[in-house]
Amino acid sequence: MSDKSHDPNQMTGAAMIVRALIDHGVTDIFGYPGGAVLPIYDEIFQQSEVQHILVRHEQGAGHAAEGYARSTGKPGVALVTSGPGATNMVTPLTDALMDSIPLVCISGQVPTHLIGNDAFQECDTVGITRPCTKHNWLVRDVNDLAKVLHEAFYVATSGRPGPVLVDVPKDVQFATGTYHPPRKSDVHRSYAPRVKGDAAQIRKAVALLANAKRPVIYSGGGVINSGPEATKLLRELVEVTGFPITSTLMGLGAYPASGKNWLGMLGMHGTYEANMTMHDCDVMLCVGARFDDRITGRVDAFSPGSKKIHIDIDPSSINKNIRVDVPIIGDCGNVLGDILQVFKAEAKKPDIKAWWQQIAQWRARNSLYYRKSNDVILPQHAIQSLFEATRGKDTYITTEVGQHQMWAAQFFGFEEPHRWMTSGGLGTMGYGLPAAVGVQVAHPDSLVIDIAGDASVQMTMQEMSTAVQYELPIKIFILNNQYMGMVRQWQQLLHGNRLSHSYSEALPDFVKLAEAYGGVGIQVHKPGDLDGAIQEMISVKRPVLFDCRVAALENCFPMIPSGKAHNEMLLPEQANDEATAKAFAGGKALV
Amino acid sequence: MNQPASAYFIEERHDPNETHTLSVLVQNEPGVLARVIGLFSGRGYNIESLTVSETESQKHLSRITIVTTGTPMVIVQIKHQLDRMIPVYRVVDMTLTKRSIERELAMVKVRGQGEHRVEALRLADAFRARVIDATTESFVFEITGNTDKINQFIDLMRPLGLVEVSRTGVAAIGRGPEGM
Repeated sequence: MSDKSHDPNQMTGAAMIVRALIDHGVTDIFGYPGGAVLPIYDEIFQQSEVQHILVRHEQGAGHAAEGYARSTGKPGVALVTSGPGATNMVTPLTDALMDSIPLVCISGQVPTHLIGNDAFQECDTVGITRPCTKHNWLVRDVNDLAKVLHEAFYVATSGRPGPVLVDVPKDVQFATGTYHPPRKSDVHRSYAPRVKGDAAQIRKAVALLANAKRPVIYSGGGVINSGPEATKLLRELVEVTGFPITSTLMGLGAYPASGKNWLGMLGMHGTYEANMTMHDCDVMLCVGARFDDRITGRVDAFSPGSKKIHIDIDPSSINKNIRVDVPIIGDCGNVLGDILQVFKAEAKKPDIKAWWQQIAQWRARNSLYYRKSNDVILPQHAIQSLFEATRGKDTYITTEVGQHQMWAAQFFGFEEPHRWMTSGGLGTMGYGLPAAVGVQVAHPDSLVIDIAGDASVQMTMQEMSTAVQYELPIKIFILNNQYMGMVRQWQQLLHGNRLSHSYSEALPDFVKLAEAYGGVGIQVHKPGDLDGAIQEMISVKRPVLFDCRVAALENCFPMIPSGKAHNEMLLPEQANDEATAKAFAGGKALV
Repeated sequence: MNQPASAYFIEERHDPNETHTLSVLVQNEPGVLARVIGLFSGRGYNIESLTVSETESQKHLSRITIVTTGTPMVIVQIKHQLDRMIPVYRVVDMTLTKRSIERELAMVKVRGQGEHRVEALRLADAFRARVIDATTESFVFEITGNTDKINQFIDLMRPLGLVEVSRTGVAAIGRGPEGM
C-alpha cells in the first residue's frame, strides 16, 4: 500500500477528470457547479491548466462549447451537475448531434447507491441523453473512469463527430483508483469509422465528373469537420475541374464566397442560380452533406436528370433521402484527395462553357435583390453593411435562428471555414449568444459577432453576464423587427396572415439591458447612421448589444415554397401579394 | 397533390413493405438493448420480433435478432443506423443472404377434456410438439419451428381450448460453415 500511495496514477475520480482534460489538450471548459459535481469543482480550483468559464445556464455552457468547437475544430467541453444541470444540456447535445459537432459533456450524478431512488436532483441522465448523443456512459467504478473519458474524446472527435456524455456519480468522484493516459485499447473494438473511400467507386466518380456537361459540386459541413486538408482539396478540385460549387448552410466558408465558381448557398432560401444549377445538372458531386429537406425541396422532383455521387463518412447518410448512383463512404478529405489524384492522372478539364453561360443567365436574375430605403434600415442592408465594415478583419459570426440567420447566410461572405457558427439541423433559437461566448474564449483577440433576432436573443440573454465577467467583447447585432420574423413570414404566407403570437410585445430596452449587465448598448434607427454605429460597435472592446431597428415587415426571399421543386423558386421581385398567394395556393404550405 | 399548411414537405410513399430478419452482434454492456430499441422507436421503424441473449460470455458478446418491416430504402437505413452505433460489431441482413435458418420456440397451454384433449395431443404429435407439462385437464406443449409453423399450430389449438402462449421470438443463423 505504501508504494501505491506514491503512485502518481493513484487519484480520485474527480482528479482523473481534470487530468484527462489536460491529457486531451483541453484548455477551456464551460460549466455550472452543483451538488453532484462539487468534487470536480474542488479539483478545478486547485489547478491552473484548465480554465473554467462560468455560464449562467447550462444550455449556455453547451452552446458555448459548440461555438468553441466549431471555431477551432477541437472538441468543446461542458461540465454540469445532475438533474436539472443535465436536462438543461439536452438542447445543446441535440444541436451538436444534428450538426455533427464534437462535444464532451461531463455530468455529475447522485451517488451510486441512490441511483433509481428519486434522490434530490436525480434524473436518468444516460436514458434522457441516449437519443441526443453519439454515445454516452454511466461510470459506476472509478477504475473504469480513465478508459471511459479517453474513449469519450475519441468517439466525439472521430468518424462523424458528435456529442458524448459521461455521467459520473458523486461517490465515484470521491473514490480513489488508477488513472492511465489515453491508449488505443480504451475504445470499443466495434467502433471503427471508415476513412478511406473504395477505389472502384472513386474511379466511377471520376469517370462521371470527367464526362459531365452540366456538373455541380454541392458541399456541406462534413468538409469543414474533416479539417483544413479537406477544404484545401475541395478548392483544388473546383480549380482543376472548373465546376460550379454551391454549399449548404453548414458548409459556408469551405469554398470562398469571393471565388469565381461560387453560386451562393442552395436550398429553401438559397440563390436562384444555385438551385437551378442543382435542378438542371447532369452530374452532382455531394461532399459531406446529407440531402436535408431544407436542401432538396420536393424529393421526387429533386435534380431529376442527374447522376449523383455522394461522399460521406456516415453510411446512414447515404440513400436516406435521395437515392444516389455512386456512394462513397469515407472521410471527405481522404476521398477528395483520391478523386483529385485519379482525375489529374486520367481526365482533363471538361468543356462546360455552355453550362456557365446558362448559369450566368440565372445569376442575372439577381435573386437576392431587395429595395433599399433612405427612411428605414432594411435587414439585408444591415448585414451587408456589417460585412463591409468587417472585411479584412479577423471575424467570426454566430447566429440565432430565423430570418436574420438566412439573411446572414445570404449576405455575409465567408472566405474561410470555421468562421460561421449557426444552428443548422436543430434550428435552436438562443444558440448564437452563448456560441459567441465560446468562440471569443477560443479567439480572445478576434472580432466575434452574433447576428441575432430580437426574439431569439432573449432566449439565452443571461449569457451577457458571462461575457461581462470574462471580459469577452462579443457583439450582439440584433436585427430588431419586433417580430418572430420567420414565424410571421410563414403565417403570412400559409395561415391567412393571422399573426398568432409572433409579435414581440413588451420588448426590453436593449440599450438599458446592455448597461444593466455592464455592457454597452447601441441603438440605430436610420440608414444614414448605420455605418457609424457599426464602427462604434467594432471599436468598443466590451460586450455590445446593438439594437438595429429594421423594417418590420420585410420577408426573406428567394424561397422554395413547400411541395415545390428547385426550379419553382419564388423570387423577390415576384413576391408581391398576388404571386405569393398563387405560389402557395392549393398547397398553402411553405417550407 | 394538395399539401396542407405545413413547414415540411409531405409526400406519400408507395414502395411496398418487406419483412427482413437482421442479426446484430453487440457488446453486452448496460444500455445496449435500450439503444437498439430507442433507435427503432425514435426513428419510427417497426419491430415485429426481437430476441436477445449473450452468446459469447467471455467476450461479452450478445446477439440480437430483429424482424422488421419497411420499404427497401428504410431497411437499408435501419442496417446503417444500427451499424454506426458504438457497441455494434456487425449487422447482417439474414433475409438478403437467402441462406439463413429461422427458428422460434413457443410454449402453448391448452385446456380441455375428452375429444378436444385427444385431438390436441394428436395435432401436437403431427407438429412434433412436446408435452412439457400435463394435468388431467391441460397440456403445455413446446413447439419449435419457423414463425408460420408456430402460428399455424396456435390457430389449430384455438378451438381446442387455447389458454395462453409464450413465444421466444425469432432466432436466426446462417447455413454453411461460416459465422456472421
